[in-house]
Amino acid sequence: MANLKEVKQRINSVASTQQITRAMKMVAAAKLRRAQERILKMRPYSQKLTAILDEVVSSMGGELEIAYAEKRPVQKVLIVAMTSDKGLCGAFNSNILKTTSGLVSNEYKGKDVTVLPLGKKAFEFFTRRDFRINGDFFEIFKDVSYEEVRKIASFAMEGFIKREFDEVVLVYNHFRNVATQDITVEQFLPMGSLNTSGTEAKPTDYILEPSKEYVVQDLVPTALKTQFYKAVLESNASEHGARMTSMDKATENAAELLKELKLMYNRTRQAAITSEILEIVAGANALEGN
Amino acid sequence: MINLTIVTPDQKVFEGEVTEATFPGANGSFQVLKNHAALVSALGKGNVSYTTKEGKKSHVVEGGVVEVKDNKIVLLAERVIE
Repeated sequence: MANLKEVKQRINSVASTQQITRAMKMVAAAKLRRAQERILKMRPYSQKLTAILDEVVSSMGGELEIAYAEKRPVQKVLIVAMTSDKGLCGAFNSNILKTTSGLVSNEYKGKDVTVLPLGKKAFEFFTRRDFRINGDFFEIFKDVSYEEVRKIASFAMEGFIKREFDEVVLVYNHFRNVATQDITVEQFLPMGSLNTSGTEAKPTDYILEPSKEYVVQDLVPTALKTQFYKAVLESNASEHGARMTSMDKATENAAELLKELKLMYNRTRQAAITSEILEIVAGANALEGN
Repeated sequence: MINLTIVTPDQKVFEGEVTEATFPGANGSFQVLKNHAALVSALGKGNVSYTTKEGKKSHVVEGGVVEVKDNKIVLLAERVIE
């Protein structure tokens, strides 16, 4: 049987760990709520933008050259890998890192691949290994804002136009619900065709200022940046969701462990008392025998 | 009265009734009054101003697009600098 004092010490240490994981769960829950609010706040903007773009494109019959949609033979690829800054969130980060490494060594084998890590975890992972990286932007998750995300999206878009990259791919966790995140590999550039969503409603006869072409050329980059921002927000919400779930599990496990340890503690204590009584009784008997 | 909404990806900047609104169009500033025809215009950097019951207000916006339809104006700005 283990020593009483040792068991007591273990109980104390497990209890304090449990306190920490419980606190982290609460913090993650609060952050998750804020991250979800951000997604909701962006929704009116992105919906309206898509609606306007749809209307304008459908009114002009689709014949349009958009530089961001140009398909070229893929030689140079930029992979944007979104992880978090901190750990303790289950498989959240390792999934992204695994998927990205898989892309590099399978799908894009032999191609000229640059990885753009977002989040400290990805930055550290890809710096330590033999990847070509661009580490200019990895700190965005400190404070997620459209301002910062816009810079990254612009960097990728300019690189595409200047033919530094033929394809840009986003790898991130899509937020399905608090417990589930889906690994998503999404092609960012060249962008998919601007197809109208097939709404039969009569298009409004808009006056387009300064011209149809100008409006579309102006809206497309904005739509792309919004798409990028959305991915970042999804990843951010997923991170907090994943951390909340894994901390919840950790708290539960700690509770189970505590239960077992308490049982062991009580048994040990009981055994100690029993043997003490036995010793006393035996001593008394020996005295009486005299 | 016209209903005006100004949104950026981060937040809703303004929503309410206005009597007129002036926007920095890509080719020069223009004003929208009641019963304006349906319009979509790209914006440059500049001043957006509008008149509410409380008086005249203005913001500086950078890039974006404005849609006018049935006395409703939606301004999607990439950035609003107060």
